[in-house]
Amino acid sequence: MFVKNCIHFITTVCLTLSACHSQHDTQESKEDSIQTTVSASDSIDQATGLVIDEALPIVKGNCTACHSAQLITQNRATREGWKSMIVWMQQTQNLWDLGNNEDIILDYLAKHYAPEQVGRRKNLEDIEWYDLH
Amino acid sequence: MMKKKKGIHALYAEDPIEADRRLWGRVSHAESRRGFLKRSAIATMGMALGGNIVFAHHMPAGLIPASLAHSIQPFEIPGKDPGLVVLNDRPLNVETPAHLLDEPITPADKLFIRNNGLPPASLNVDQWTLSIDGESVQKPKTYTLAELKSRFKSYTYQLTLECGGNGRSEFNPPAQGNQWTVGAVGCPAWTGVRLKDVLQDAGIRPDAVYIGYYGKDVHLSGDPEKVVISRGVPMAKALEEESLIAWAINGEDLPLMNGYPLRLVFGGWPASTSGKWLYKISIRNKVHDGPKMEGDSYRVPCEPVAPGTQVPDENMCIIESMPVKSLITYPRSGARLSQGKKLDIRGHAWAGDLAVKDMHYSIDFGITWQPCTLEKPANRLAWQQWKAQLTFPRKGYYEVWAKATDSEGKAQPMIVPGWNPKGYLNNACHRIAVMVV
Ligand code: HEC
Repeated sequence: MFVKNCIHFITTVCLTLSACHSQHDTQESKEDSIQTTVSASDSIDQATGLVIDEALPIVKGNCTACHSAQLITQNRATREGWKSMIVWMQQTQNLWDLGNNEDIILDYLAKHYAPEQVGRRKNLEDIEWYDLH
Repeated sequence: MMKKKKGIHALYAEDPIEADRRLWGRVSHAESRRGFLKRSAIATMGMALGGNIVFAHHMPAGLIPASLAHSIQPFEIPGKDPGLVVLNDRPLNVETPAHLLDEPITPADKLFIRNNGLPPASLNVDQWTLSIDGESVQKPKTYTLAELKSRFKSYTYQLTLECGGNGRSEFNPPAQGNQWTVGAVGCPAWTGVRLKDVLQDAGIRPDAVYIGYYGKDVHLSGDPEKVVISRGVPMAKALEEESLIAWAINGEDLPLMNGYPLRLVFGGWPASTSGKWLYKISIRNKVHDGPKMEGDSYRVPCEPVAPGTQVPDENMCIIESMPVKSLITYPRSGARLSQGKKLDIRGHAWAGDLAVKDMHYSIDFGITWQPCTLEKPANRLAWQQWKAQLTFPRKGYYEVWAKATDSEGKAQPMIVPGWNPKGYLNNACHRIAVMVV
């Protein structure tokens, strides 16, 4: 399954590499961990945090002009859900007609940023344990 | 889940021009703008992207695609605590982890940011004015900041400001927008003049229904004509004593990202009603119809719907008072403590237009609830402090859950409440993890 988002991905890889510790206090260790992470797998575009595939340049070119890709990587939706966001941006936010690229973009979004089946409330995740004295 | 890595470090220190561009919009002064536009000529942009920019001619001038939005490189926001979590760096959307909200009065550097567009590119505070107009104003008026401060009595209230989408990340099916967890809330002390004093000075016609605000933020598309967001409140809320036109937080100027030099503050209502960079208020003879008053924005189904339902516009109702909610601000989730040790827990609770009447905690997943000590609010619409001391019966994994009950007897749910298309109003109880060893 594709990563939930780049951040989750980084955390996961961090843990499996055990190269980084649960506390990233210094800037260096953070940057290191990002470096390590990205080279450990090429599937995340370092500049935007988007999943890399053939459609990425088109997605970047059309979807990061106004806002950062973080608005995409935070979100999950079906193809119809992504389509309705695009229509909303076209109707209200000055997004242009995407022409033939619309299908390419929608396929990309629906593939990499699809909703997961989760319950009504998840377990607490990514707990950073620390000693309380 | 997003906390650590989106957490912030030193891009700003390393490269202030780049950070400035991303934070304030990209035009800071003429020189950098020229340099910038040259580099972003469309062909070059296409090359940098490794592909053609389709419909490049539709792209408003001055817009750049993505290669420039290095969104996984974190950065610091001037005037904000580095522990805040950036959900989106353009536009800036930043939340505060619960444990950083521990103080009863939220410091300005720990107040969340929800920007819908870019903050004003240039600000001339000496020339800043506030106009009152609209169908239902008696006499349109314009005040300078200095006039506002001298002509009207100023008031200070602690007012709870919470983004309508706080908690959105928990909805299923997922709701679109910034995936706020729990930290799009704060309760600083705001200073300003009463909105009602200013509205009454201009004169309110009897047919007034609503006020709508206008701010100087800039649309993400760069289109200078396009209003980013223009919302408001019904007259009854506008005329409350605590409804402020504010210029200060905790005795200091508002931070730029929180609306400097002037904004509205409506405690207990979705923060999107509290317009930032305020320059105009229209007294309307109908429900205000600015951008983000309509469609799914800041509205929820009038009647409850099954998760995932498509709801027609006419069945969506504007959110008014926010629901009862609370936070555990101490200890931070993840505390490991030795068996037999007592644990002090504390936090805040708030309830939109109402007060919080009771506060309880549970360490057994809601099977039993114990009361907490609950303080009175500093003033109406301020959050209230609560605390308790607890012990754990044996070693193991616990979750501490906190549940507030409002003055009308409504309590926070344990699971995520009614699904709605944009994921507003999640007031499910806050939970922290504790390990007893
Ligand atoms: C012309 C400008 C522009 C372009 C280009 C653009 N968007 Fe947006 N988009 C916006 C604005 C404005 C918002 C609202 C931002 C906010 O409220 O923080 C938005 C919001 C979003 C959201 C959040 C939706 C919500 O309901 O809040 C997503 C997801 C998104 N955009 C994805 C995309 C994708 C995918 C593309 C490429 C097809 C794209 N955007 C291209 C302007 C644009």
